[in-house]
This record gives sequence, structure tokens and C-alpha cells, in this order.
Amino acid sequence: MTNQEKYVNAFVQALEVSAEEAPALVYGESRAWDSVGHMTLIAALEDAFDVMMEMDDIIDLSSFEKGKEILRKYDVEI
Amino acid sequence: MMWRFERYQANTAVVDEYGASLSYAELRHEGRMLCQQADGRCLVFCLCKNVMGSFVGYTSFVNGGVVPAMLSADMDPAQFAALYEAYKPKYIWAPAEFELEDSCCRYERFGYRLLQTPFGDATRLSPELALLLTTSGSTGSPKFVRQSHNNIRANTDSIVAYLALTERERPITTLPMNYTYGLSILNSHLDVGATILLTDKGVAQKEFWNFFREQGATSFGGVPYTYEMLDRMRFTRMDLPSLTTLTQAGGKLLPQLHQKYAEWCRDTGRKLIVMYGQCEATARMAYLPWEKSLEKIGSMGIAIPGGSFELIDAEGGLINEPNVTGELRYRGDNVTLGYATGAVDLMKGDERHGVLETGDMAQRDADGYYTIVGRKKRFLKMFGNRVNLDETERMLKAQFPASEVACGGHDDHLTLFSTDEGALPAMRAYLAEKTGLNQSGFFTRAVTEIPKNDAGKTLYVELEKYDD
Repeated sequence: MTNQEKYVNAFVQALEVSAEEAPALVYGESRAWDSVGHMTLIAALEDAFDVMMEMDDIIDLSSFEKGKEILRKYDVEI
Repeated sequence: MMWRFERYQANTAVVDEYGASLSYAELRHEGRMLCQQADGRCLVFCLCKNVMGSFVGYTSFVNGGVVPAMLSADMDPAQFAALYEAYKPKYIWAPAEFELEDSCCRYERFGYRLLQTPFGDATRLSPELALLLTTSGSTGSPKFVRQSHNNIRANTDSIVAYLALTERERPITTLPMNYTYGLSILNSHLDVGATILLTDKGVAQKEFWNFFREQGATSFGGVPYTYEMLDRMRFTRMDLPSLTTLTQAGGKLLPQLHQKYAEWCRDTGRKLIVMYGQCEATARMAYLPWEKSLEKIGSMGIAIPGGSFELIDAEGGLINEPNVTGELRYRGDNVTLGYATGAVDLMKGDERHGVLETGDMAQRDADGYYTIVGRKKRFLKMFGNRVNLDETERMLKAQFPASEVACGGHDDHLTLFSTDEGALPAMRAYLAEKTGLNQSGFFTRAVTEIPKNDAGKTLYVELEKYDD
């Protein structure tokens, strides 16, 4: 699986959305991505890329696009 | 009148995340304006968010003798419709984008509108009634808890006393104001002239912490799930010099988290206050004094000032010995009037007379501290919200009449058991949607049969064996 696929897959698994819906997602704008969904998503991303995110990054990860930018800090290119 | 805002005229009552604020004098003035439009005592459905309009609506109605029913602004439309028909409120106080047929707008302020319904004064109210709250963020029946002015006053006095609140407090909102614990934080702090920091953002969002730091929040409350989230976010490494107090209620905190936060508070000169309550007792019944938080891990403490507990055995007798499990009964002026399941019930008086069977099973230790060990009734706490398992079963049976289904599980983990494996994903999605809770808390398990006794009653203990 490519990093792009792994990344989309984390959203699909954690938030139970389709791969087509994932890129448009923003925290708080869908019922799936609420505070509970957020922690599930963080855990899925940490597992997928074997990283441990800092608190500042966890709370900053507010959209599909923003997540890519944050993972770059952990040397994950998507 | 619930609060005497005139005592704190110049104090700031509320600051929101967008920079707006109101002094107590302004809040009092806003209340008069709004209640004048409502034109006398009546029932209002208040669609709540942690924003200025919702806050001003709540404080104004309660102080002005108008009875608000506090509902989530995000509630399921079908559920709203059922409550609307059952209670026939005179007004809806709702975000401006909320649309309602056959209504007209009487007043608009802070992005909220007072919508007059066609019902007029159809619903009559008992003179004692001050406020209506749902027992959870959930399901099915249009049930409210009826709270009186005296209930709120008694509970507010107790909370102000045991938390030793002063006007210097700056609590930040972490819980919705249609939720009894969230509301109790507003009630108690408004009573001492403190400043509420109002935000609709949650602890997993950057904007929340920016607001927290800019405004120097001194305390927040959390349900067990909040503390689990904070733990995963490695919260204790955050630099929050203004924070002095953490409170916890809405279910039992995992003992290891209780210990961890109690130690962190001890080491950093803060207070952790574990508490216990129910909507049926206005909000609070017990608290664990912060000095005891490390010594009494897992305990929810002692009764609040003005309240008392009893433990009842299976024969209905009082348990006097320590460390024996019994049903927990509470007495106090904060025990609410009773329930309502329709408009006519709003004329009812006090049905509980200060005594509440909590439905929780508890033990008292030799020092007099109480620990919850189980529940008599079949419900779970899902992310702090009470979910009645018999009710979720009924909902599923109504929606999926061809499938056999039963509900079980534990807090934050509701399991759907069904013999119809193919229907389980749809059942799970349905329940998540109807309860408004995140689907990650719902689990499914296909079973070959739902175990039952000879009388046809589901054997839940047998069923739980199938669950991981």
C-alpha cells in the first residue's frame, strides 16, 4: 500500500466514510468526525505510519489536507 | 429569581471564543429584554450550543420565570418533532438558521431567534417548575426531568460551598448546556459572580486551547471519556499556568486515570475533584474532597452539603456495616420533582419528596466514603450520556421488525447482538444516528440465538459471554 492509500484508509476505517468522501472532511463538520472520531482517527494514523504525535499536532489536525502537512513533520510523505 | 446579577454589576459574566463579552449588568438587561418579548410565564424549547445566544436564553428564561426545556441544537429532527408535538411549547429559542413551519419570529439577538409557535398558551405549568432536561443525549421517548427553582437553588448552594467558588473563577465550557453537569457549572459560577468562558470547541481542538490560554481558564469539567482523550493527548505535559481545578463526573473514571490525575494534581499544586450525580438530583449528589483524591482512588466520595445517602439491601432494609453492596438512595432538596412524558405532566407537583432511588449499586467504606460498584437498571454511559439498553432494543425492534436483536456491553462500548448478521451494520448505523453518538462506541456481534428463559426474557448474563 502506498502512503496515500494508507492515509485514506485511516480515514475510511476510523470515521467510517468512503474513500471518495475522505478528502473533503473537516473536523466538526460531520457527525463522524467529532471528538470521539478524532481520537479514533489519530490512533489509526499513528498505527498506519508508526509515529507518535505531539499534543500540538493532535489538536491541529483539523482536516484531511492539514493531516498531510502534519505528518510531514514526522517524515511521512503522502 | 434564580440569580441576583445586580450583586456583581461590573463583573464579567461571560466571554465567548469570538471575543464578545457581557457584564452581569448587561446580562441582566438582556434578560429583561428577552423575557419581555416572551410575555409572561410559558414553555420555551431552548436549542443549545455553547454560544452567546444559547447562554443568554438560558439565564434569562430561568431568571425571568419562563420555563426552558434544554435540547441539543444538533438533535435528531424526528426526535425534535416528537417532543414539539408532545409538549406544545409557546416559543422556540434557536439559532437563526433553524426553520420551523407556522412560526413567526418575535425577537432576534446574538444569532438566536425567539420563534412563536401556533400553540399559544396550550401547555400549562405547575408553579414550582423551573426547567426541563432530558436524562441523556439519547433516544426514543419524549421524557423530561422536571426541576424546580428550589432544586436548582439547593444544588447551586451545595456546589458553591464544597467547591469554595469565588468570583475569581474562570471555568471554560467542555460540556453542552443541555447536559446537567454542564449546566451545573454555569449555575454555580453565575451565583458567585465568576466569569464563564464560553466555547463550542472541544479539548481535541486547537481553538479550545488557544481560548483557554488567552482567557486564563481556571477550571474545567470532564466526563470519563474527556479524561481518556486528554490522557491520549498527553495532557499533563501541557503548560497551563492558570488552571487550578479539574472536576470529573458523568460516570466512573478508570481507577488508573483517577490515580494518574490525582498524582499530577498533587505534584503541580492543583485540585482534582471526582463527583457523582444525576439529572434526577438536579446535578450533583456527591464529591470526593480533593485532599482525599489519592487516598480514595475509585471512590465518588461523600454526600454534598445538605444531602445524605443510605444503602438498601435486597429486603429493603438499611445497611449499616461497611463494605457491603446495596442500592444507593439519596435524600436532599435537590431531588427533582419527577418525570414528564407529556404536556399534562408539567402541571404535576413534587412526586419524589426529596428521596431518590439512584438505581446505582454502591458500597460505603469504614470512613464513610462511597464507591459505585454497579447498576440496578440496564443502562450504559456512552461518552458521558446515559443510554437505556431496553430503549435502544425497542427502537431497533421497531425499525428492524424482522430481526432478533438485544443490546448489552459496558460504558463507552454498546454491543448489538443479533441472529441476523446481515442486518447488524444497518442496525449499528441507525442507532448511532438516532442517539447522536459516535459510531465508534457501537459494536456488533452475530449470535446463533438470543438466550432466553422459559418466560421469554432475555438472559443478558448469558449474552454477555459472547462479547469480547
